[in-house]
Amino acid sequence: MLNTLNGLFIAAVLAGTPLLLGALGEILTEKSGNLNLGVEGMMFMGAITGLAGSYYYEQAVIGSGGNPNGAVSSVIALLTSFAAGSLGALIYSFLTITLRANQNVTGLTLTIFGTGFGNFFGEYIGQKAGGYVAVSEVTKKAFSGIDIPVLSDIPVLGPLLFRYNWVVYFAIAAALFMTWFFNRTRVGLNLRAVGEDPATADAAGINTTVYKYMATVIGGGICGIGGMYMSMVTTSGVWVHNCVSGYGWLAVALVIFATWSPARGMLVALVFGGLTIMRMYINIPGLPAQIYDMFPYIATILVLVITSMRRSKEHAQPKSCGLNYFREER
Amino acid sequence: MGEAAQYAIKMHHVTKTFGKVVANKNVDLELKTGEILALLGENGSGKTTLMNMLSGIYFPDYGEIYVKGKEVTIRSPKDSFTLGIGMIHQHFKLVDVLTAAENIVLGLEGKTVLKRREINRKVAELAQKYGFDLDPTKKVYNMSVSEKQTVEILKVLYKGADILILDEPTAVLTPQETEKLFAVLKNMKKHGKSIIIITHKLNEVMAISDRVAILRKGEYIGVVETSETDPDQLTEMMVGRPISLEIERPEVKRGGKRLRVIDLTCLSGDGVKALDNVSFDAYAGEILGIAGIAGSGQKELCETIAGLYPSVGGSVLYSESSEKGAVKERILGLSPDEIAKKGISMAFVPEDRLGMGLVAGMDMTDNVMLRSYKSNKGIFVDRKSPRDLAEKLIKELEIVTPGVETPVGRLSGGNVQKVLLGREIACQPSVLIVAYPVRGLDINASYRIYDLLNEQKKKGVAVVFIGEDLDVLMQLSDRIMVMCGGKVSGIVDPRKVTKEEIGLMMIRTEQDGEKEEVTE
Amino acid sequence: MSSNVTHAKEPLFRMVKRDAIPQKKAWMIRAAAFLLSLATGAVVIMMLGHNPFSVYISMIKGAWGTKTVSYETIKIAIPLLITAIGISFAFKMKFWNIGAEGQILVGAVAAGAFGLFTAHIFPKIPLVILMMLAAIVAGGLYGLLPAVCKAKWGTNETLFTLMLNYIALAFIKYLMNGPWKAPGSSYPKIAMLVPGARLTKVFGVHWGWILALILVVVSYIYFNKTKQGYEIAVVGESNNTARYAGINVGRVFRRTMFLSGALCGLVGMLQFAGSDFTITEGTAGGVGFTAITVAWLAKMNPAGMLVVSVFIAMLERGANAIQTQFKIPASAADLLIGIILFFMLGCEFFITYKLIGRGKEEHHA
Repeated sequence: MLNTLNGLFIAAVLAGTPLLLGALGEILTEKSGNLNLGVEGMMFMGAITGLAGSYYYEQAVIGSGGNPNGAVSSVIALLTSFAAGSLGALIYSFLTITLRANQNVTGLTLTIFGTGFGNFFGEYIGQKAGGYVAVSEVTKKAFSGIDIPVLSDIPVLGPLLFRYNWVVYFAIAAALFMTWFFNRTRVGLNLRAVGEDPATADAAGINTTVYKYMATVIGGGICGIGGMYMSMVTTSGVWVHNCVSGYGWLAVALVIFATWSPARGMLVALVFGGLTIMRMYINIPGLPAQIYDMFPYIATILVLVITSMRRSKEHAQPKSCGLNYFREER
Repeated sequence: MGEAAQYAIKMHHVTKTFGKVVANKNVDLELKTGEILALLGENGSGKTTLMNMLSGIYFPDYGEIYVKGKEVTIRSPKDSFTLGIGMIHQHFKLVDVLTAAENIVLGLEGKTVLKRREINRKVAELAQKYGFDLDPTKKVYNMSVSEKQTVEILKVLYKGADILILDEPTAVLTPQETEKLFAVLKNMKKHGKSIIIITHKLNEVMAISDRVAILRKGEYIGVVETSETDPDQLTEMMVGRPISLEIERPEVKRGGKRLRVIDLTCLSGDGVKALDNVSFDAYAGEILGIAGIAGSGQKELCETIAGLYPSVGGSVLYSESSEKGAVKERILGLSPDEIAKKGISMAFVPEDRLGMGLVAGMDMTDNVMLRSYKSNKGIFVDRKSPRDLAEKLIKELEIVTPGVETPVGRLSGGNVQKVLLGREIACQPSVLIVAYPVRGLDINASYRIYDLLNEQKKKGVAVVFIGEDLDVLMQLSDRIMVMCGGKVSGIVDPRKVTKEEIGLMMIRTEQDGEKEEVTE
Repeated sequence: MSSNVTHAKEPLFRMVKRDAIPQKKAWMIRAAAFLLSLATGAVVIMMLGHNPFSVYISMIKGAWGTKTVSYETIKIAIPLLITAIGISFAFKMKFWNIGAEGQILVGAVAAGAFGLFTAHIFPKIPLVILMMLAAIVAGGLYGLLPAVCKAKWGTNETLFTLMLNYIALAFIKYLMNGPWKAPGSSYPKIAMLVPGARLTKVFGVHWGWILALILVVVSYIYFNKTKQGYEIAVVGESNNTARYAGINVGRVFRRTMFLSGALCGLVGMLQFAGSDFTITEGTAGGVGFTAITVAWLAKMNPAGMLVVSVFIAMLERGANAIQTQFKIPASAADLLIGIILFFMLGCEFFITYKLIGRGKEEHHA
């Protein structure tokens, strides 16, 4: 029983990490007042570019007769996926912030575009590679669990907390950093003001355009890293058609469930991650496996309805979310 | 550099246009260091626009601005702060979910990490220095209007502003709060701050300012020492002619009780009583004026009667007798739809014209049929007769518009109001409720509106007129009901009381005082 | 730090909201944006080492070259068009229904409940009618749920409807694996609809296309000529004004969202009984999302949606052709659709706003 729970916990952390990254990116984006429904698309973009980055790096090194380095390969995957997610978010930002296009529609378009982008290049690179894209063992190893010295030897806690792949720790660090950033820093405070009430932030001398661009583009980059996790860890460095398949949307749901708090996001990601793989660990008699898949979404709806009933001012979506700002609107 | 010491701000020949509208034309303005200057002008005279060029919201088309003797370019709110200018806008610019202190330090440069405790202490000290009462950790959404204003003022003081601009700061305050604010302003003057206060209320000008600058229709008229002038002279400068501003009050034989409001009570969003046992009658063939400080329950009163706001107690009775027979109905709690179905024609011109009375994005035809589109049978709308009516209104009320197909949101304020009032009058109301019908309108448009209201009165309509300008209320109304804090403080005959007496009633509920204590 | 010509110190560009722009000019801007998007697509194609013209021509041929492929193209356009119309009901009142995907799926399931299990009881016509009704009711109710919460508590409908998509999807997976699993199948799938119950073809394509065209006309009339259409428009502009006008906002939300969901549900039935003959996770296949952009690009105008949906269907169908001919993966369609949509979304800015260069006088039309 305990073993099952331990196994479930570890699997939940592994499954929850891409969700957490996607959600962190979206929280940052929404804090600036942009509701970017393109998370799924940006994750797709990050998924393929991360994989392609590592793959081409390896090919180049092998081509010149060297041995690829796992750490370098990881960094390249991180940077390329961040860049791709940012690119998607940049398109979104330009359309919604500068050109004031509708945020919902632009985000959905980004999802269509990003999904096409991921699948297209996934297949295209696969064709060129003679079948499918896959990274070498070196990179695969770099993305598998690491034993943190000393800590991972602690009984029970060691395997439970200190033997994940590095992206897991990266995501946790990002969540902690964002919590600190929103609550403790001046820039974080300003950003929240931009998302809540851009006219006020503007009058206070905050450059709303810069804040919105920065938050959205960096947020998109983080979503991209979440996508990279899907292709490098979840599918072990092999391109699988439609590999992100709804995780981006689940990340959007997670944002609501975490009530726009990165710290709570970690907890919720664990829960969501657990729900997505629970069927493999816990079998409730009479409850078919697919029904488990509904849980995260049903839970999100309940949170939505309950928060709207309570009309809480604080644990809610930033007020200007979804609306574009134009100073001279009168 | 003598000038630098003498003038905090000098604006020279400043012009600003919005499309075809000239908001400011060659305006000159001088603010001496350490004085309180009142900027006086009627609605639409360009006071706020002029000040927004100092606060960096707008950029002037022509002209120069000097601050402390140096010519400057103010391109953004940030530039404005840097020069030590702080503006307190009429509509507060505060972030609801942040605390007072957080709002105050918003957008400021400083160390990356916020030192909350230190900031809170500094804010508290500053508040104390000028005599404000404020908890720096209180969230804005928990604050009263005057607390919010305090935060706004502290915000600019914290930034080290020595030139303060206040845009109609008293509009939302009770007289006591106004007094307190004025005391603080005088205190700031003692500390060497230079202050501009935008207003159109003459008594305040006389009470607080050292000098008065007057704008009229976007043009600079002149500046006078407050001690050397009087309200009459100021009015003349403001309006452009000696006050022959008599508003007609035709004598009409008063009809029967059309509307009886008894003990009406309703709650505001946060559970406070917005209306507290309000009782009055409105008669056919009279204009009942309603006076009170903004937010004394006027909005809730009209909306409750019109069926748009929920009540928690009391009743509203409607009665009408005509050749067709007598109608007697309880209408409280009915929706506008249900009221209309009872055969009652209740017209209502709400305060928020484009957000409630009209649909800004629709053309005149579609707006004219807003209240009557259900009247024909079948599932289809009939646009023919509304279109005819729209064209008739354009002709009769001289509405300036490119055509019936132009969205009403594109029309000027006066024309928007004519569309709205025209539509409401066209449905031949028996009760007409108008809320702040001349707000933002120039004198001409305002007089056209007064005439329309008088016409309705002559037709035997019960007109309820919610106004803010006591002079207008006193000249136009047959009776005035004064409200204060959601209660009725009395109903008076404007021919028999003075403005000061009404002013006093606006701040305390004399007649109802004892009665209220019993019921509560 | 000063010069006395204030003009020179203005920001480089200022934006001003335009007054109405002539329709002709607006369409020219849109046409220019469209051509630019094709040019951008051409650059991508060139980078892949192909001739863009031959790729585009191959796409057009692949979509309209033969009768068979034309039928396929139309078959793709039908669900897009009807879903777009359904979505526009909600969007017209600024109710962001992005749950069309889920509404299509529940519609398909409801139709399947009759189509798969009562085909031996009912003759074809009553069965088809039953399937239609079931799909309409199921889709409508699925759309109604978020509307009820929005009317009552102001619950955010964007996220609510989005979540419902995935619940419907999980439900279909459940049916595929469990109760509705085709007997004798080794992997999870739902049985095929018996040929006798499938929708009749008219001129080569199931009659859904006739229904779609009728819906274009009916929805146009509904939006522009009926009282309910007018109410939707007022609610969309301002809830306060709607209340003032005696419109029960909650009822309009509920009624309109029922209609919106019902139309999407109907699409599910058409896909099931006219196109796929079974139900899979791919029954909606992103139509619910693509249709949103269709409705938006057409500015909620049903006739415009007809044009846009046929165009997008052409791209999707044409992408299959270029896959076989040029070995360009079919996902290129999504990529290209995305690029075109980005440009079309962006160009609206130049219709609503105008840029004023530094020092230029503002002049109004």
